[in-house]
Amino acid sequence: MFKKILIANRGEIALRVIRTCREMGIKTVAVYSTADKDSLHVKFADEAVCIGKPASVDSYLNMAHIMAAAEITNADAIHPGYGFLAENSKFAKICGDHGIKFIGPTPEMINAMGDKITAKNTMIAAGVPVVPGVDGLLESVDHAKRSAKEIGYPVILKATAGGGGKGMRVVWSEEEIEKAFDTAKTEAAASFKNDGIYMEKFVEEPRHIEIQIAGDQYGNICHLSERDCSIQRRHQKLVEETPSPFMTDELRERMGAAAIKAAQAINYESVGTIEFLVDKHRNFYFMEMNTRIQVEHCVTEEVINFDLIKEQIKIAAGEKIVGKAYYPQMHAIECRINAEDPHNDFRPSPGKITVLHQPGGHGVRVDSHVYAGYVIPPYYDSMIGKLIAIAQTREEAINTMSRALSEYVIEGIKTTIPFHLQLMQDENFRKGNFTTKFMETFELK
Amino acid sequence: MDIKQIQELVKLINKTNIGEITIEEEGVKITVKQKKDPVQHIIAGSAAPAYATPAAAPVAAGAPPAAKAPEPKADNLVTIKSPMIGTFYRQAGPGKPIFVSVGDEVAPGKVVCIIEAMKLFNEIESEVKGKIVKVLVEDASPVEYDQPLFLVDPS
Repeated sequence: MFKKILIANRGEIALRVIRTCREMGIKTVAVYSTADKDSLHVKFADEAVCIGKPASVDSYLNMAHIMAAAEITNADAIHPGYGFLAENSKFAKICGDHGIKFIGPTPEMINAMGDKITAKNTMIAAGVPVVPGVDGLLESVDHAKRSAKEIGYPVILKATAGGGGKGMRVVWSEEEIEKAFDTAKTEAAASFKNDGIYMEKFVEEPRHIEIQIAGDQYGNICHLSERDCSIQRRHQKLVEETPSPFMTDELRERMGAAAIKAAQAINYESVGTIEFLVDKHRNFYFMEMNTRIQVEHCVTEEVINFDLIKEQIKIAAGEKIVGKAYYPQMHAIECRINAEDPHNDFRPSPGKITVLHQPGGHGVRVDSHVYAGYVIPPYYDSMIGKLIAIAQTREEAINTMSRALSEYVIEGIKTTIPFHLQLMQDENFRKGNFTTKFMETFELK
Repeated sequence: MDIKQIQELVKLINKTNIGEITIEEEGVKITVKQKKDPVQHIIAGSAAPAYATPAAAPVAAGAPPAAKAPEPKADNLVTIKSPMIGTFYRQAGPGKPIFVSVGDEVAPGKVVCIIEAMKLFNEIESEVKGKIVKVLVEDASPVEYDQPLFLVDPS
């Protein structure tokens, strides 16, 4: 087992990893930018090394500085958390070259799933359902028309170099396709300097349901059931829960089996998540694989009573996984608390927290790195904590969440707590009637 | 016990008020002593009687040699901070000349130390002009980003 782990991250996930390391008797090294010197992860770790100026590129993304910190502290492993360098295969390789274990998959596994087209082809070869599409880029309007006929309307045009919704057009019928093709190409060229467009089937009213998996160094892979992350705003998750209100035992078996197949296709090692789109007919399609621990891993932990970070460390240290599937024994919901103003288009609200009172009591878990007097730096993402509610049923979990949110006092900055409070009372949310389109029509009072 | 563990002990001492620490394990015993100016404490003792008896004023004049030791760690002094993470060395190699010592003049571009990381040795240059007043880090100890290395009097 490792003697000392350096956490190449900050905020709540750094704290999360430090907590498990402490329970396992492993020493911890925190790294921090000058903006984070008063951060909780710095205070909680056994040692801390300042690695650079506030900007991420000078600190948390600076591979040389992080490796130097590992060297002077004699760390024998690095946990990358999520974001930053967690899915950077070059960093994973550098760790290996220096004899420091990267707690995650190998560089090859990261690359296999990092490139969208490679990942999709790997899945097709493995027999995992993918969103039906047409190979290669669309060369002309005619090509687009023929492809759309083949796939069947509605279709979506996407920029190959794209992201963030740019260069995307949904087309419902042949009359619309010429205009959609031209504007998508123009937008893609403007946004990404690459006007390449490809076509996929548009999955109607999709739900985002992902499957947690774990694999060891010996080829064993298991799944730990699903999380429903459909409540998203601009592709950013706001709320996650397990089990999914849309799930059935049969669908879970099918999706679990597909997720295992996907992981086996690349001989995956460590914890990871396969994200699927699920349509209203309960057809599911591979979207992408995240080769790291995820923000919302906590809801899975709570319903199966399992420490995913501990499992991740054990796998990296060469231990075998148990190998059986894990099924939710109760219901958990997570609300991401962000330092954003929900009444002003969720604009970021950094600053000093003057008053802080975190909720507690039965069925409440708070994963947060902030404290009264803490100044939220403007250089990083706006998430200041995760509030998780656990109960025997979904309805009770929602009630616990509402109660906990009403106790959560954060003053000095704006937070998304008012948004979550309203969401918990929303009729459609309570009924489990939501897809990834939900936030488009949600109006905050 | 290896060199890295000793370096960590040195770092620990530097960061705290511990004067001396002895560690014994598996037949190895290491004692690390704080090289802080002991004169600081003596000042506190000798100043009091000087104030108490006006007749002893000339004695107070004798105190200055000791008084110069706790430098006014304030406004006029400039700190040279570490621009990187690694191990701090005061000379290019064993037996080689020490780059700078207390009392030496430095100017922008003058190499003041080496910081080594991952087998790469980086010469660190001063960005200020002045006289080295204090060396804040022990030779061969680990340093982090922005860690103060030298105090310079720019006047």
